[in-house]
Amino acid sequence: MRVLAALLRKELRLELRTLESVPGMILFGVTIFVVFHFGLDRASVEGDLAAGILVVTILFAGMLGLNRLYVADEEQGGFDGFLLAPVDRTWLFVAKAGALFAYLVALELVAVPAFALLLLEPGLGQALPELLLVLALLNAGFAIIAALVGAIAVRTRARDLLGPLIALPLLIPVVIGAARLLEPLLREGGAGGLDATWLAILGLYDLVFGLLSIAVFDPLLED
Amino acid sequence: MFADTLPGDQGSAYVAAAYLFFLALLLVYLAIMGVRVARMRRELSELEQLTRERRDAPPASEQEPERLPT
Amino acid sequence: MHGKGLRGLSVATIVVLVGAFAIAAFYAPLDADQGFRQKIFYLHVPLAIVSLVGFIVGGLLAVQHLRSRASIWDLRSYVAIHISLILGVAVLVTGAIWAKTSWGVWWLWDEPTLVSFLIVFLLYATYTPMRFAIEDPERQARYASVFAIAGGAFVPICFGAVRAQEQEVHPQTFGSGELPGPMWLTFLVSLAGMALLFATLYRFEIETKLTRGRLRALRRRLLDDDAPVQRRSAAPTI
Repeated sequence: MRVLAALLRKELRLELRTLESVPGMILFGVTIFVVFHFGLDRASVEGDLAAGILVVTILFAGMLGLNRLYVADEEQGGFDGFLLAPVDRTWLFVAKAGALFAYLVALELVAVPAFALLLLEPGLGQALPELLLVLALLNAGFAIIAALVGAIAVRTRARDLLGPLIALPLLIPVVIGAARLLEPLLREGGAGGLDATWLAILGLYDLVFGLLSIAVFDPLLED
Repeated sequence: MFADTLPGDQGSAYVAAAYLFFLALLLVYLAIMGVRVARMRRELSELEQLTRERRDAPPASEQEPERLPT
Repeated sequence: MHGKGLRGLSVATIVVLVGAFAIAAFYAPLDADQGFRQKIFYLHVPLAIVSLVGFIVGGLLAVQHLRSRASIWDLRSYVAIHISLILGVAVLVTGAIWAKTSWGVWWLWDEPTLVSFLIVFLLYATYTPMRFAIEDPERQARYASVFAIAGGAFVPICFGAVRAQEQEVHPQTFGSGELPGPMWLTFLVSLAGMALLFATLYRFEIETKLTRGRLRALRRRLLDDDAPVQRRSAAPTI
């Protein structure tokens, strides 16, 4: 646990010092809202359209985070340093996923209010706790898959291309679950409740892929 | 006999298309594999040629080993 | 090029597959609502099952590779996924044709099985480029195995997730127990034929790759080439 705390602190401190990912993600997210506004030619959205836009925006902005996640370790020998330390390698995966989760929270802290301001017809207030729960599950799913795929992609020659290409199909169940769950929450004229089935699917997917990633992560670090 | 199971159904062209596509895909795959096998056979005969030349040539250890154009 | 039993396997494949298609055409009764169009079922569904099982088998072989670190397991995993991808193209095309005859459109998003297959196919379509983008053969094999294991686990999960709440419009001739005996028999023979086809192509591909590896080794020895120029390749090097 101390290892995890140390690794996570290192990730977050590095991000705070260099500001390589989060500002770019936030700016990208807000820009995508503007793009959607013009692309759809709509002043406001609600319901399934709003859910789709929000999920897709978080996904695409998160891709920037995925692409940057391991670059510093690969280029500046962070992997070697970590491998020299007598700790379980799984912690690196958990720390990377945790760091990306934090980046996504930072992104959403700006992007979701911006979304409410720019595009969303019903206010966010009508189902805020449920919204936060769904976003947390979405973030967890994204962080887990991105931490695994990012570790694969960073060692390839076309890393910025392969990362999103591999991650997106794996993320589609997360997208389906999150979009279906968000749709009633963003409906105009009173939010509907959360669908327990989708909540279970999303939670289960996060759990299964989390365990799976932990199981297969080790071989990615050997060399 | 075919007439029993093949009425004037509008779907039969599609069925034929599906099966033909499968067949075509299989043939393309086999053709590619055939080309690969042919290439390996050619390489193998090159190597056979080489060993024959070496056996016929005097056993000169100082001689540079001949190189095949690659 | 004489893999043990490869010839017998090929002959069996041709016999069973041609036989399956023959009984699909002449013996299996016409479907009550779909008519002759239902005959695509005997091609599309066995193909899809074999292809998906191939992806999962690729994952299991990759587990074996990570355990033993013997490159032969990586080769097996690679070939299983490779053949599944090729069959996957046929699954998508025949699926689209079937959708066209059954529902009048080439693609139907309400159809969970077709959609899940597309997602799985898109994922595995990145497998070969990923291999190609890693130059070191040992690392390539290791990373490919991690990919194959994650992908193999993703296949059933994806089908579960997409199926979860989509309405079922897939022609439910299958699995509901209402399939008449002759149709069921035809389907099973087709499935066996496809499985044999997969096995034959798999063996063929493996034998070719192994033979090529031996040929290259021989060439290196004859030419005293100590450091062979490794051409970049997506295929495992043995």
